[in-house]
Formats: sequence, structure tokens, C-alpha cells
Amino acid sequence: MSAVLLDPTNERRVAEITRLTRPATLAGLTVGLLDISKARGDVFLNRLETRLVEIGAEVKRFRKPTFTKPAPVDLRHEIASQCHVVIEALAD
Amino acid sequence: MSQRPSLPNGLVAIVKRECATCVMVTPVLARIAAEVGLTIYTQDDPSFPADLTAIHDADLSVSWHHDIETVPTLLRVIDGQEVDRSVGWSRAAWQALTGIDDLGTDLSVMRPGCGSLSVDPNLEDELRARFSGSVLRARRVEIADAEDEIEALFNRGWTDGLPVVPPTEARVLRMLAGTNRAPSDIVAIVPPDLIEVTVEKVAINAVMAGCLPEYFPWVLAALEAACTNEFNIHGVLATTMPVGPVVICNGPGTRDIGMNSGMNVLGQGNRANLTIGRALQLVIRNVGGGRPGEVDRATHGNPGKLSFCFAEDELGSPWSSLAAARGIADGADAVTVFAGEGPRCVVDQLARDPDSLANTFASCLRTLHNPKLVLAFDAVIIIGPEHARVFSDAGWDRERVLQEIHSRLQISGTDLARGAHGIAEGIPGHLEHLTLPKFRPDGLLLVHAGGGAGLFSVIIGGWANGEVGSQPVTRAVRY
Repeated sequence: MSAVLLDPTNERRVAEITRLTRPATLAGLTVGLLDISKARGDVFLNRLETRLVEIGAEVKRFRKPTFTKPAPVDLRHEIASQCHVVIEALAD
Repeated sequence: MSQRPSLPNGLVAIVKRECATCVMVTPVLARIAAEVGLTIYTQDDPSFPADLTAIHDADLSVSWHHDIETVPTLLRVIDGQEVDRSVGWSRAAWQALTGIDDLGTDLSVMRPGCGSLSVDPNLEDELRARFSGSVLRARRVEIADAEDEIEALFNRGWTDGLPVVPPTEARVLRMLAGTNRAPSDIVAIVPPDLIEVTVEKVAINAVMAGCLPEYFPWVLAALEAACTNEFNIHGVLATTMPVGPVVICNGPGTRDIGMNSGMNVLGQGNRANLTIGRALQLVIRNVGGGRPGEVDRATHGNPGKLSFCFAEDELGSPWSSLAAARGIADGADAVTVFAGEGPRCVVDQLARDPDSLANTFASCLRTLHNPKLVLAFDAVIIIGPEHARVFSDAGWDRERVLQEIHSRLQISGTDLARGAHGIAEGIPGHLEHLTLPKFRPDGLLLVHAGGGAGLFSVIIGGWANGEVGSQPVTRAVRY
């Protein structure tokens, strides 16, 4: 007789979300820079901000409370509602 | 699930031939049947009792649903409801139940019955699955005849790299008997996928880990503790550092379930130690979706990520327990989860006086993760009995031991500054005028465990501590 086992997983059906089309240029767009609070992430993001401003992008800076936990939902909403694109920096 | 069979009104007896008491009361049953009427259910032999009409409870459905634990059992049923019951042979009770004053006067006053087949340990799991299987909501996965069950579980990605016990309905139902909580109860929200996990799903993974039902409350408590914002299992899982949840168990229940707190306490060979921690990690993997190479980004990991769970030796300890120090009442069972790396040994075989031994602990702890990093990491000290005796013989209690170690770990900023001693790692230069402690005030957890021979102890280094990382979390075990 074949065995019947119980599924140990969450049996989740993953919702698929289509990515936005990649913009041809960042000029004139609002770019969010998310610092995840890892050491020296700010060094990387400062350099990025300089380059982005040079090509005509508007930059908004955001910061997670700690790199060890997912970004709070309010922060994610803030970024999504204020920015066209976001760059998340991981550094050490 | 099968329907609960109703009982006929009047007197009902449940018997089996294999039971000597049932055989003995056969003439009594005949008299009851003749004088006041009796419905007899026989569990094993349909021709028993001879010369009486009996219904064969072949699938034990009547016995199971009406909680028959002993045969013979005599019931009185009115309007389909049981109103009276006598277990085994008791002349007085049977006379009262039947209203026959001189019933069984030739028999002994009483004789215990035998175990009902419906509670036979060899049948109970199968019966539980047959009659209460539908309380389980998990998807059923059929394994083909030609498929090896163990390999099938590997192939589906449901193991931690070692074989797991196939989670059949019977095994999962038996696991659920280890708790009073309903299978549908939500235990925790499990990262990284933030899934509400039910008692049933935890039970499935506990079966796979190899747990016995009596371990199950400990698995639930460990999971609850790990899935708090304070412990932050998401970060513990995702970090590149080699840490995982270390489960430290306290209370008399650790001895009831046979946990090891003594010789080879962190090693192989004890089922409870090894499977409780493993069940926790399987839930994180299978329910939470936390798998190596995905959200788990560990550079090296450590073998304790399979399972790292042990009990404190409370009976042999000169001090109060870790759980008591963390607010759990004496005599209560509790788990503490700590985000820890693998264990390392502290050797001091010449330790005879407490100051010397405290110096040894301080020197070893100083090197944790990097001798020049301070305050960022906690540690567990598992003090061996022979080391503990050095302190306790000198009259040092738990608090004194920790205070003496802390006092030896106040480090000059000039030794910690980046670049000092030819090591780039360290604290920023503007802090070098400070004296800094290696550990925050509550950053050392002291546990008494290990074998009786050996002037050794163990240190378990932690991960990023405090609100940015992980706090140790203690939870009482609920039954």
C-alpha cells in the first residue's frame, strides 16, 4: 500500500507580482536610497547620491532601524509612495 | 473521521475473550440478558460469549468512541446517553447497575478487568488515525509504492540533510497527544516568510525530527521563544555569522523526558536533546521557508544549526538555575533561546582558587569573536561541575561569579582602538580614551552542566545583541 504523508511546509501559494519596466534613464526620476544600517553603507550611498544628482535625479534617503530585521512596513510604504525606483545598499 | 456510533438504550457490556475476567462473568452476562436485557459488544472473538448474542466490534469503533479502557465494562444507556458505568467486575456495582440484587453471588466480590483492545499500544495509533484523522488539515502527500519514503522526503527538500521520520497521520496524531493544545492553534508567526504556524504543522515537523510526544511541549515553547521580535530568528537565520538558536532547558520536566545535562551534554546520544532542537530548525526551514543559500546566508554556519539543545544540571548545581535568574518560578519548566555559535572549551586544570579561575574565564572570554570587539556580543558560559565547585567552595554564588568575571573584563580603549596591536579591527579612534566592558551587564548567561570529571567549561559566543540583533528569550513550557 502506498504511504500517505502530511505536508510539513506552509503550503503557501506565492503571489506573483510583475516587476515594473526598467526606466531608460534616471534623469528626472525620484530615486530612494535605502541604508540598511550596516557599517559603511553610508559611504557607498553618499557616492551614489553624488552621481545620481549629477545626472539629474532627485534623491531621497531612507534608513532601516537595523540590518538584522526586515524593513518596517511603514518604511516600505513611504518609499513606494515617494520614489520611482529604490537602491538598497549592503556594505561592510 | 468516522461517525461516533450510538449505543442502544438499556444495559451494554463490552468484553473480549482474551480477558479472564470477561470469561468469568459470562454466566452473569447470560443472567442479565435473560432478566433485564443486555447488548454485548465483543472485541476479539465474534463467537464470545458462547450462547449469547454479541455484536462484533470488529473495527473497535464502539470501544474507541465510547472511551472503553477496560473490559468488561458495563454501561447503562438512557436516550442514547451513557448514565452509569462500571469497570471490571464489581459485584456491588453490577448489582446496582442491573437492579438484580443477588447477581454474581457465587463470584468474588470484585476482580479487575483487562485492557481494552482499543487502548492496546500496538493498535492505538492506527485507531487514532482511523477515527480522528480528519482533525488534521495538512495536505496529504501520497508516496508511490515504488518510491522510498525517506528518499521522497529528501527529494521534496523537506529535510535538514539527514533522514527524517516520515510524518504519517498516525505518528502526527500521536505527537499531538503530547499537548493539550488544539491542532489548529496558532503557535507563532515564523520568519522569514512570516507564516502563522499551527500546532499541527509543528507536530508534523516534530515527527520528522524524531521527537517523542512528551518532547512536544518543549518544541512549542522553543518555537514561541524563537519567533519573538526580541529573539529575531529572521536575523539569526539571515546573518553571515555562524549562529543558530541554542535551546537551554530548565525544570523538573527535563528529567521527566530524559534530557541530558551531564556527561557529553552537548554531544551525541540523547534523543530529547537532539530532536527538540532539530524540530525547531525544521519548522524554520519547512514552514518559515528559511533555507541555506536562500535567506540563510551564513558564511560557515555551524553543526549546531542541525540541533543545539541541552538541559541545565540543576540537581548537581550549587546555584539557582538560569531560568530562575531569568524570572521563572522554581519548579516550572522553561526554555531559553540564545543566538549562539558552536561551543568552545575553557581549560583550567590547575584551578583551585576562585580568583585564578575567574582570571581564566575572563581571558578566554576576552577573545570572543575578536579580542578587540566589545559590547556587541553576549555569551553563554556552561560551567562544568568541577569548575563550579571551585567557586562554590569559596562561597561564590551565581551573581558573584558573574560580577568577578565582568570586573576582569574592563578594557582600556587604547587596547581596543582600530589599528592597536597591529590589528585593523576595533573600536573607532574617538572612543579610545574610554574603558569599556567586554560584555553588557546582562550579557553573560551562566548555566551549570556537564560530566562530573574534567576541570573544563564551555563558552558559546553570541550574535549581534540588543535591539539591533537578538536578545535571549525565556518562555515557560505549557502543557
